[in-house]
Amino acid sequence: MRVPILKQSQYLIASIQSALNDEELLQLRDDLARDVGRYRSRGVIIDVTVLDVMDSFAVRTLRAIAHMIRLRGAETVIVGIQAEVAFAMVQLGLTLEDITTALDLEEGLACLNRQVAGARHVQ
Amino acid sequence: MTTEIRSHAEARHTRADATAALLRELVAHLRKNRTQLREEWARRITESKLLTAMTREEIFAEATSVYDNYVEVLETGSVEALQAYARNLSERIIPRGVETHEVLGIVLLLRDVLARSLFKKYQADFALLNSVLDAYEPAANRIANTVAVGFVQERERIIRQQQEAIRELSTPVLQVRDRLLILPIIGVIDSLRARQLTEQLLRGIRANRAKVVVVDITGVPSVDATVANHLVQTVDASRLMGANVIVTGLSSEIAQTLVTIGVDLSKINAVGDLQGGIEEAERMLGYAVMMPEPPSTEVKA
Repeated sequence: MRVPILKQSQYLIASIQSALNDEELLQLRDDLARDVGRYRSRGVIIDVTVLDVMDSFAVRTLRAIAHMIRLRGAETVIVGIQAEVAFAMVQLGLTLEDITTALDLEEGLACLNRQVAGARHVQ
Repeated sequence: MTTEIRSHAEARHTRADATAALLRELVAHLRKNRTQLREEWARRITESKLLTAMTREEIFAEATSVYDNYVEVLETGSVEALQAYARNLSERIIPRGVETHEVLGIVLLLRDVLARSLFKKYQADFALLNSVLDAYEPAANRIANTVAVGFVQERERIIRQQQEAIRELSTPVLQVRDRLLILPIIGVIDSLRARQLTEQLLRGIRANRAKVVVVDITGVPSVDATVANHLVQTVDASRLMGANVIVTGLSSEIAQTLVTIGVDLSKINAVGDLQGGIEEAERMLGYAVMMPEPPSTEVKA
């Protein structure tokens, strides 16, 4: 299943609905990279609440997405990582060091608002 | 064929009878020489430096009980009483630091002492000695087994009990302000506890929608590479849930140890003490604590 990408003012929200296979993850990456440019978005939120497993490929792809989106001039926040998933990821050494994470969608939006506002101040 | 079967059965029967008779003889012998054999055994225990945690008198008293139980098992063939006694004995001696090898050692010593006395008694008649040993050995093995198993089981029971106690002691996750949690850790952190702590904290972060967590390790007696690693994992996992972690209460000794062993703590946001940690967390959350205006002491004219 393709991950739906919703446009919410200047942000994009990719809300994962079910477990994804590798191909679908790559599809998500391509879709997001394309849409960020198309909608001139300032931020992207990837909601992984439904995922109860995150393997190294998924983590690697999420990181790649975040890096790609940064290069496209927007910020990424990953929201909704479950407690068990977080614990498992840390045990496997998959810590997403340089990626912003938030508890849920609401927090993610607040986070982006802060980051985008901060960026404006600098300009 | 039927006669053959019957003769087999009879043979088995007579053999069992013979064993029972031998055991009776054995028991009589052990009863008669009780004092001497018991002393010999107690002497061998002291000689082998077993049960060093106990006094001579205690060893002798226990030796007497074990000896009597031992003879009883040989007589009745039932290990239940011995089992109960072994459990009771273990309960008493485990807290005093008696080790498994010591308990097994003393039972094997008794086995040896008794076997030697049998050798001496029956040395003239080798065939009879052989059949006495046939009767004695399986029973003696069963006794040694019973005592050892009883001891180990008691030990395991205590370990389980202690694990339970530690689990119950496990750390509370407390909310001090909206979106601010503190996690005061007291006591030794091992892998199991670290895992439990992290799980609890992550659940707390979700339940309270926490943004900042202050982990206070003032009460942790020692921090080594493993514990530091657990801390880093807790911090990372919390961050994945969108919460920032502040670690407080790293004493100067602990800080020195960590630097010496070269643990990478670059990811850890450390603040001196719990108060400082909470203040820092409040700053991060945008709280400002203000002193109320002191009431004016001036008296208006």
